[in-house]
Amino acid sequence: MRREVPVIICFLAGALFIGNYFSPKLQPVAQVVNQWAIICIAFAYVLGVANIFRINYQVITRKGKDWIYKVVLIVGLILMIYLGIFRGVKEGTAFNWVFMNAIYPMQATMFALLAFYIASAAFRAFRIRSWEAALLGITAVLVMIGRVPLGEAVWKEFPPFTEWIMNVPQLAAKRAIMIGAALGAISTGLKVLIGLEKTYMGGE
Amino acid sequence: MPSSELIGTWVAAGLTLFCFSFLYKDNPFYKFAEHLYVGISAGYWVSMEYHNVFRPNLWDPLMRLDLNILFSFPRAGFAFMWQSLILIIPFAFGILFFTRFTKNFAWLSRWSMALIIGIFAGIAIIGYSTGDLILQIRANLLPLWTGNWLSSLNNILLTIGVLTSLIYFFFSKEHKGALGAGAKVGIWFLMISFGASFGYTVMSRMSLLIGRIYFIFGEWLGLIK
Amino acid sequence: MRNFFEKLEKLDRRVIFIFVAIALILPLFFPLNIKFSVTPPVKSFYDTIESLPPGSKVLLSADYDPGSMPELWPMHLAALRQMCKRNIKIISTQLWATGSPLAERAFNLVAVGEYHKQYGIDFVNLGFKEGREVVMVSMGNSIPQTFPADYHGNKTEDLPIMKGVKNFSDLAMIVNISGGLPGTKEWVLQVVSRYHIKLVSGCTAVAAPEFYPYLQSGQLVGLLGGMKGAAEYEQMVGVTGLGKRGMDSQSVAHLVIFFFIIIGNIAYFSMKLMKKEK
Repeated sequence: MRREVPVIICFLAGALFIGNYFSPKLQPVAQVVNQWAIICIAFAYVLGVANIFRINYQVITRKGKDWIYKVVLIVGLILMIYLGIFRGVKEGTAFNWVFMNAIYPMQATMFALLAFYIASAAFRAFRIRSWEAALLGITAVLVMIGRVPLGEAVWKEFPPFTEWIMNVPQLAAKRAIMIGAALGAISTGLKVLIGLEKTYMGGE
Repeated sequence: MPSSELIGTWVAAGLTLFCFSFLYKDNPFYKFAEHLYVGISAGYWVSMEYHNVFRPNLWDPLMRLDLNILFSFPRAGFAFMWQSLILIIPFAFGILFFTRFTKNFAWLSRWSMALIIGIFAGIAIIGYSTGDLILQIRANLLPLWTGNWLSSLNNILLTIGVLTSLIYFFFSKEHKGALGAGAKVGIWFLMISFGASFGYTVMSRMSLLIGRIYFIFGEWLGLIK
Repeated sequence: MRNFFEKLEKLDRRVIFIFVAIALILPLFFPLNIKFSVTPPVKSFYDTIESLPPGSKVLLSADYDPGSMPELWPMHLAALRQMCKRNIKIISTQLWATGSPLAERAFNLVAVGEYHKQYGIDFVNLGFKEGREVVMVSMGNSIPQTFPADYHGNKTEDLPIMKGVKNFSDLAMIVNISGGLPGTKEWVLQVVSRYHIKLVSGCTAVAAPEFYPYLQSGQLVGLLGGMKGAAEYEQMVGVTGLGKRGMDSQSVAHLVIFFFIIIGNIAYFSMKLMKKEK
């Protein structure tokens, strides 16, 4: 029951979706299971949030490190669930206001911080230590300059040249990576379906 | 009385500066913003799942269950009810996820996990084989002489690039002799590819910062038109 | 001298931070207005939408979050403007929960605010649906079953724009604004190769190099990569948004990073030379 049933469920679900591609007759069944998956995945997200709540609540009750910030986290979480579920999520609601004026600026700024770090990384990492490092660094610089208007102002043919880099040597390596990754994904998928790969079940 | 839009802009500006303060070093303002972000984002997800999945795809159809229809129109009523009744299965699978919080029944959550993993594995096998593997190999079967020397050179480079890069990823045999030479050329192509990706990443990150700077000096302080 | 190069090699990151900030801020106050041309992937994006007859129904999937807005928001608005101008009917979905309010705001700004289009007739926001690739496959079977209600709670099947729309075969093409996973790659793998529908993508610059193989293979027919792609597209549509406005800052910032790479290498080689001489 503990290990066999999940393997059977996993195999049947996967086989159904593979079969659906080859046989339109399976489409009605696949569509029903599709709906199940959408609902189940939503539950998985709620489980994740419940876990965030549980872990942070434990830190607060134990007065662990940074517990005061965990209070901010929990209050924010509860407030947002209350606003969203009971007061609605459309434009003009408090929920939407929090999204636009708190989630939006914080998320955008956290991503924007990376600009500073990538500049610092470029300064330190692009030392031409070997032929390969030279290829990496020179391509990065050519693409960086060639893709902005300044590059075009310096040399009119810079954008077509950058497009060539993207369309030929860059593309060749990316395609090889894609083919390799596809083979990896297919073999892992098959291993999961036939029960050779069961790490998703956790320990025991 | 300031409008909610104005208050919103000031709140957004304050939180933006809290996050930027990390550039100097980790500090209480950043920690506050970080924790607030995690909390309200998690709450945001739950609310969106509720309004966009639980209500329309699960709860509302389940609430349409009406036994009177079944008794009045047995045939049509059964088909109608079946669509709703069958949703009890994913509902049960979803609830099983929460057995993870119990000691004795935690293993039951594997059933729900298995359903999702199985579906994604099936979808991935089809997607990667038809979308990436077959079509990408087919797209690279190019004529090495096209009549135009430039496009011929490009096709030759593409073919050599893909083959040698694949050789580099072939670890079943030691990279010696012709295989070693091929792998070496493959590394050159890979380095060009990583360099291009890095260039694009720099571009991306700078754009994100431009967005925030534009917000601070334009929307908040009104210094940029 | 050795001391100088040693210091230069180990330059405090905060010095670099200040230079980057100045490089990005100054051009916003003193624009250089450097001209730029349109690259083929962007032209192809524009032409594909332009080739659709008025009244065609297009799926616009806004799969992104505020984290990548400076790159994708200008594309999103410009795409809406081009489609509204051509009287194309827009069905919007989101595979990212954070995309819903953004899609709603974009519709209010452009479709309602500028072109006075009617909700449910000219455009609709079907909202967010959880499930990544599962949602795509499900939409291939039935869009109304996957999205029984729109973002505002209306029954999808009752909306005039959704009449005759069962699955992808009833749509002219897909426009994907993609901030990551799930996004363009998943649309290509699960929908383009399976349902043979045209797809154009506006994506972050980080992801753009990965999509060039799809452009060459024809699985993607147009690509806007990052803010530069957005700026080129804005130029084609004939609007000025954050994309075009940000290009001067982008240029100067790249130049500053280029100089830092050069300085880093000068310091590195000087130190190497000095060590050899010793």
